[in-house]
Amino acid sequence: MSRIGSYFLFLGTLFRNREKLSVYLGLILNECTSIGVGSIFIVALVNIFIGAVTCVQTAYNLTNPFVPKYIIALIVRDSSILELAPTLSCIVLAGKVGSNIASELGTMRITEQVDALEVMGINSSSYLILPKVIASVLMFPLLVIMAAFLAILGGYIAGTLAGVISAEEYVNGLRFDYKPFGVVFALIKTVVFAFLISTISAFQGYNVSGGALEVGAASTSAVTNSCIAIVAADFVLTQLLLT
Amino acid sequence: MIDIKNITKSFGDRQVLAGIDGSFKPGDTSLIIGGSGTGKSVLLKCMIGLIAPDTGEVLYDGRNFLTSDLNEQKAIRREMGVLFQGSALFDSKTVLENVRFPLDMLTEQSESEKVDRAQECLRRVGLENAGDRMPSEISGGMKKRVGIARAIVLNPKYLFCDEPNSGLDPLTSIKIDQLISEITDEYQITTVVITHDMNSMMEIGEQIMFLYEGKKLWQGDSSTLTKSGVNELNEFINANKLIREMEK
Repeated sequence: MSRIGSYFLFLGTLFRNREKLSVYLGLILNECTSIGVGSIFIVALVNIFIGAVTCVQTAYNLTNPFVPKYIIALIVRDSSILELAPTLSCIVLAGKVGSNIASELGTMRITEQVDALEVMGINSSSYLILPKVIASVLMFPLLVIMAAFLAILGGYIAGTLAGVISAEEYVNGLRFDYKPFGVVFALIKTVVFAFLISTISAFQGYNVSGGALEVGAASTSAVTNSCIAIVAADFVLTQLLLT
Repeated sequence: MIDIKNITKSFGDRQVLAGIDGSFKPGDTSLIIGGSGTGKSVLLKCMIGLIAPDTGEVLYDGRNFLTSDLNEQKAIRREMGVLFQGSALFDSKTVLENVRFPLDMLTEQSESEKVDRAQECLRRVGLENAGDRMPSEISGGMKKRVGIARAIVLNPKYLFCDEPNSGLDPLTSIKIDQLISEITDEYQITTVVITHDMNSMMEIGEQIMFLYEGKKLWQGDSSTLTKSGVNELNEFINANKLIREMEK
């Protein structure tokens, strides 16, 4: 419990005694490149295959001849938009971005770079972490939009190539009973996940003491704690927004 | 002038500093010496505000750093330069960017003024041609010199150096010591150096404070170091063969 309390106190330090806004602009752009552009490949790859697997597995399990084939596309669409793209992508991003944030800050801490900022009178947590949080909150939704599109595209490619569904049936399924709120829901979840991943990872890295071993441990904790926070927040948000 | 009064600090049950008092004069290179684990680095961190002491006062020209409000603390911090043990250069920035970083963050100077000042500091430490290199591309001695350049870029009144010679060969150590000493004289800075290096003590120490098990056992002029009459200090300095031979 004290750790959770420390986390909330830590969040407060991000917004107190900030530097000039112009200082953050450049840093945020750099972080957007690192966090957003740097994650495109892995997120794209994972989601194309996830969409493909979802399509083929749904087709495999859908043995009832009375269920139309376009339902496969509907399932791929809804599962991708509502769950797979936001949640799975964010779990992947917790591994990539979260561990990166924790190890970067942890290394800065043990090599006294954080102390160097502090003795200059700079709020080190705000200077180092706030740009990462803002960049994550801005870039993760863009990545998730791309992820959902590619998952659906992956399903289309796999379904048509494997012959489990025709192109026409797939497109019909995508258009059937579409609820636009699903996209809004996915984006709300993503913003919350982005905040959780960036702040939890930063908290773990920023508070490292010791050496390389502790930085590694902080990086691992950042990923595991972020994943736990993601699935817990996923459940809470689903309860709140979809029921 | 820096005055410290009754600085105490404990971590859990372990008392690391037990009522340290002392003064450090402008234009002097003052050394805080002692064996490993005697509280030297903790004392330095208390002085520069990285660790809050349990009790005591740290006065910078009469201004109490520990009880100052945030703006006053920031003003005092801007008068400090710190050379960390591992240099603490920012990995993601070039040497020049590292040196000009305090100017970027804490001054409203124009771009050309910042570059000129950073280059001037790099020239002062003999690294005018290394500005474009990354910290990972330069040697340990060069990193220390960049650290010194960054520490003096804001024309500090107080310079703190934590083990400036750690990990350096004897020749480079002497060069770093000389640089610190020259800069102290040149800018009339109050310089405080944490060290357990005997060469540094002989080379640059003007005022020396000896810590032993968290207590100040002796403070005085470096010329009286070997005549202190403090057994622990004599043991500490006689551990060095060179000093033993000099004494003979």
